[in-house]
Amino acid sequence: MKKIVILGAGTGGTIMANKLRKVLSRSEWDITVVDKDKTHYYQPGFLFIPFGIYNRNDVIKPKSDFLPPGVNVLYTGIDRIEPNDQQVLLEGGQVLPYDFLVVATGTNINPDETPGLKDQLWHKEIFDFYTVDGAVALREFFRDWEGGRLVVNIAELPFKCPVAPLEFSFLADAYFSELGIRDKVDISFVTPLPGAFTKPKASQMLGELLEEKNIRVIPDFYLESVDNEKKVIRSYDEQEVPFDVLTIVPVNTGDPMVERSGMGDDLNFIPTDKYTLQSKHHENIFVLGDASDIPTSKAGSVVHFASEVVYENLVSAIENRPLKAQFDGHSNCYIETGHGKGSIIDFNYDTEPLPGTFPLPGVGPFGLLQNTKMNHYGKVLFRWIYWHILLKGKEMPIESQMTMAGKKS
Amino acid sequence: MSQKTLAGKTVEVTDEGYLQDHNQWNEDIAKALAEEEGIELGEDHFKILHYLREKYEEGANLTIRKVGKSGFTDIKGFYKLFPGGPLKKASKIAGIPKPTSCV
Ligand SMILES: Cc1cc2nc3c(=O)[nH]c(=O)nc-3n(C[C@H](O)[C@H](O)[C@H](O)COP(=O)(O)OP(=O)(O)OC[C@H]3O[C@@H](n4cnc5c(N)ncnc54)[C@H](O)[C@@H]3O)c2cc1C
Repeated sequence: MKKIVILGAGTGGTIMANKLRKVLSRSEWDITVVDKDKTHYYQPGFLFIPFGIYNRNDVIKPKSDFLPPGVNVLYTGIDRIEPNDQQVLLEGGQVLPYDFLVVATGTNINPDETPGLKDQLWHKEIFDFYTVDGAVALREFFRDWEGGRLVVNIAELPFKCPVAPLEFSFLADAYFSELGIRDKVDISFVTPLPGAFTKPKASQMLGELLEEKNIRVIPDFYLESVDNEKKVIRSYDEQEVPFDVLTIVPVNTGDPMVERSGMGDDLNFIPTDKYTLQSKHHENIFVLGDASDIPTSKAGSVVHFASEVVYENLVSAIENRPLKAQFDGHSNCYIETGHGKGSIIDFNYDTEPLPGTFPLPGVGPFGLLQNTKMNHYGKVLFRWIYWHILLKGKEMPIESQMTMAGKKS
Repeated sequence: MSQKTLAGKTVEVTDEGYLQDHNQWNEDIAKALAEEEGIELGEDHFKILHYLREKYEEGANLTIRKVGKSGFTDIKGFYKLFPGGPLKKASKIAGIPKPTSCV
């Protein structure tokens, strides 16, 4: 019996388990999935929790609902990969040998990387919204906050879902407007990027939206530390930004398991061929999703598109054929902009987000780089699509390769 | 893209003034580029410039954090040596392409 091991049963691991079990013969191939957590989190939903739009129960379901029959599932921590011996060590000592390995252990926030961040104000006046606990704690705080300085900060690049802090700022603007206290809330968006976003056209469109909503952008701010006494964030070149409440995207790193395996870069992401999605150092390892170092967004939509490529190339590798499928870095993000509207951007390694319509040229229904109600419904629908289509590895009505049709350059 | 004469040598540069071909670089060109940024290069600067070039040639993703872990300086020191945008300025002076922050 030959063995495939999938590490992580989040977005990517779950999709791969479903795709592979469908085609690989059960008498030949044994598929094992490992994850420490029995709960699947719908992470895009975390964004809505601080504003009371979703609660904890809206974003969690048992992982077992999404994993196919005929796959061994182990709910245990992964200690490390021993790539030279082709085996994985689990916490508690179990050893899993493999013929092929898919690493999909994602990325997480690492507040310990920033001095003063996880100190006395953590989850009291300093919050993340990248964990359920952080998002729920912020919900409790916002409930009876009467206003002051709200600072939204990004600590380091790259971080997952690059539009999330922008969306958070837009939703905060809408939330405090609806409460009638927007004039008492001063919102600043403090980022290490030179503007609202990296890609020029999107940066301009999003920058204008921030201005329209009276959200101040403080660019080129590279966070060194958080001062809990003075309540300021400080950059390496000694700028200070004062806050009453700080919502932050802390440094994102790959799982410590990657470091223990000696397979990560300085942020614990795994060096991966950006086209074939094969590990740069080990032929029988593929890296899917946020765990890799490929230069595109760390986002669920990317994981979904990339899973097609990993799947095809893994099947080729099994049959000893050359790896023909090439990933183009396709990313597609709905951007919630508040007041029931949204925007959408679609791009890849070579093409920056452009205006136009999506997915059908000239028809839409979604407007690229435009602020419309229809785009907002796209985001709302996404949760349903995520649970019912995406995780199951079913066909989606969107091509995995980006298309220029409908775009205006 | 345009041509430019730096330290007596004609080189190709991008619209933003980054060298088109990092092989056209030498230490005198670095000094000329640094002068445009208002920086006078010393030994500590050159250690970082050579480190950046080496990592670039290896195909690594360059980040401020990575330079901070290089052993040649820490992040604070990097900001002191190349004030403003240290990675952008140091990359330009090192003759390698503008760093892309991918998100
Ligand atoms: C606030 C927020 C908003 C977002 N919004 C969007 C959006 O609008 N659109 C979009 O496309 N994407 C969005 N994303 C991003 C998206 O959720 C992720 O990019 C995607 O889930 C990544 O999938 P993955 O499989 O790489 O990792 P994950 O889904 O994070 O899965 C990793 C799994 O590995 C397991 N694991 C890790 N290490 C170990 C170990 N040592 N032992 C055992 N198990 C381990 C974890 O328990 C986890 O289940 C958002 C994310 C956040 C936080």
